[in-house]
Amino acid sequence: MSFIEWLKQPWPWYVAGPLIGLTVPTLLLLGNKSFGISSSLRHVCAACLPAKIPFFQYDWKKEVWNLFFVFGIFLGGILTTLLLSNPNPIEVHPNLVNELAGYGINDYSGLVPRDVFNWTALFTLRGFLMMVVGGFMVGFGTRYAGGCTSGHAIMGISNLQWPSVVATCCFMAGGFLMANVILPFILRL
Amino acid sequence: MSTNTSFVQPQTQQENTDFEVRSLDTMCINESHVKEPWYANVKYLVVGILFGIVFIKAEIISWFRIQEMFRLQSFHMYGVIGSAVAVGMLSVFLIKKFNIKTLQGEKVEFHDKKFNKGQIYGGLTFGLGWAITGACPGPLFAQIGSGATVIIVTLLSAIAGTWVYGKFRDRLPH
Repeated sequence: MSFIEWLKQPWPWYVAGPLIGLTVPTLLLLGNKSFGISSSLRHVCAACLPAKIPFFQYDWKKEVWNLFFVFGIFLGGILTTLLLSNPNPIEVHPNLVNELAGYGINDYSGLVPRDVFNWTALFTLRGFLMMVVGGFMVGFGTRYAGGCTSGHAIMGISNLQWPSVVATCCFMAGGFLMANVILPFILRL
Repeated sequence: MSTNTSFVQPQTQQENTDFEVRSLDTMCINESHVKEPWYANVKYLVVGILFGIVFIKAEIISWFRIQEMFRLQSFHMYGVIGSAVAVGMLSVFLIKKFNIKTLQGEKVEFHDKKFNKGQIYGGLTFGLGWAITGACPGPLFAQIGSGATVIIVTLLSAIAGTWVYGKFRDRLPH
């Protein structure tokens, strides 16, 4: 197997996890930057629509590194998809495949289910709830919590911050509730 | 948080801006006091690209993988997050222990996070959204890059959510 073929396979957790963990010291040592992604959304608000709201009155230009970082994530997504993408459909647990088939989700060719996340579906109730309302909750919730999985779960816990442990437990609790209790109703719409 | 009364307008007191950002939100702060030209940010672009590659190759940005995680059908996401935290924790420990400096020779700064109820209410809200969209803020950018263009709408909606939080934050319990 060539190196490129090897790279094209999905990477196991014990490769990906440590690489993500290494982002913490990389950013700290490159320029004293604490790892966190959801703040980029706040910087966009501060840059584009501060509307005299005190929360958005700060020197966002000093935080512009964060916007470079997330733009890099976007470019990394394009590059990987063009050059290193896994040619096979994503493999998930058979129970999940069975469950999702019941909601008409059968396309595993993309990383997000194309049956749900597409432009036409945006104008259905299910699509609207999943893309627009879901996105709103991500933006509102992360800022209210003061961070997301990167800022709290990875950076915060790495720095032994107990409020970050609380936040991470709440992320997981919300996720379990949604995926197992509420989402089945939304997917049935 | 009891910070609403202490706003300092950035245009009048530039040097206090950082403090204000930190007091409102201890996340993702530029601790550096070194003034660098804008193109110095290209190094963060490079880190971002590498990060995006890992996101996609490990399928962390996959909605399916997130569903598996919350249904306890796969260890994958727990392994990723767990080992990332372990490596991050060890790195922070080593930086503190050996007082490792940044490339510019600065001391690496860490700040304690204060607890407020927002971490509970906001955390739950984000968790609900995470399981619907199958994405945290970082993966949203990678999902768009992977060709799911409609996720642009989700990202804009997340920005709107952040804005609405900013607008009403002093009326929310913290």
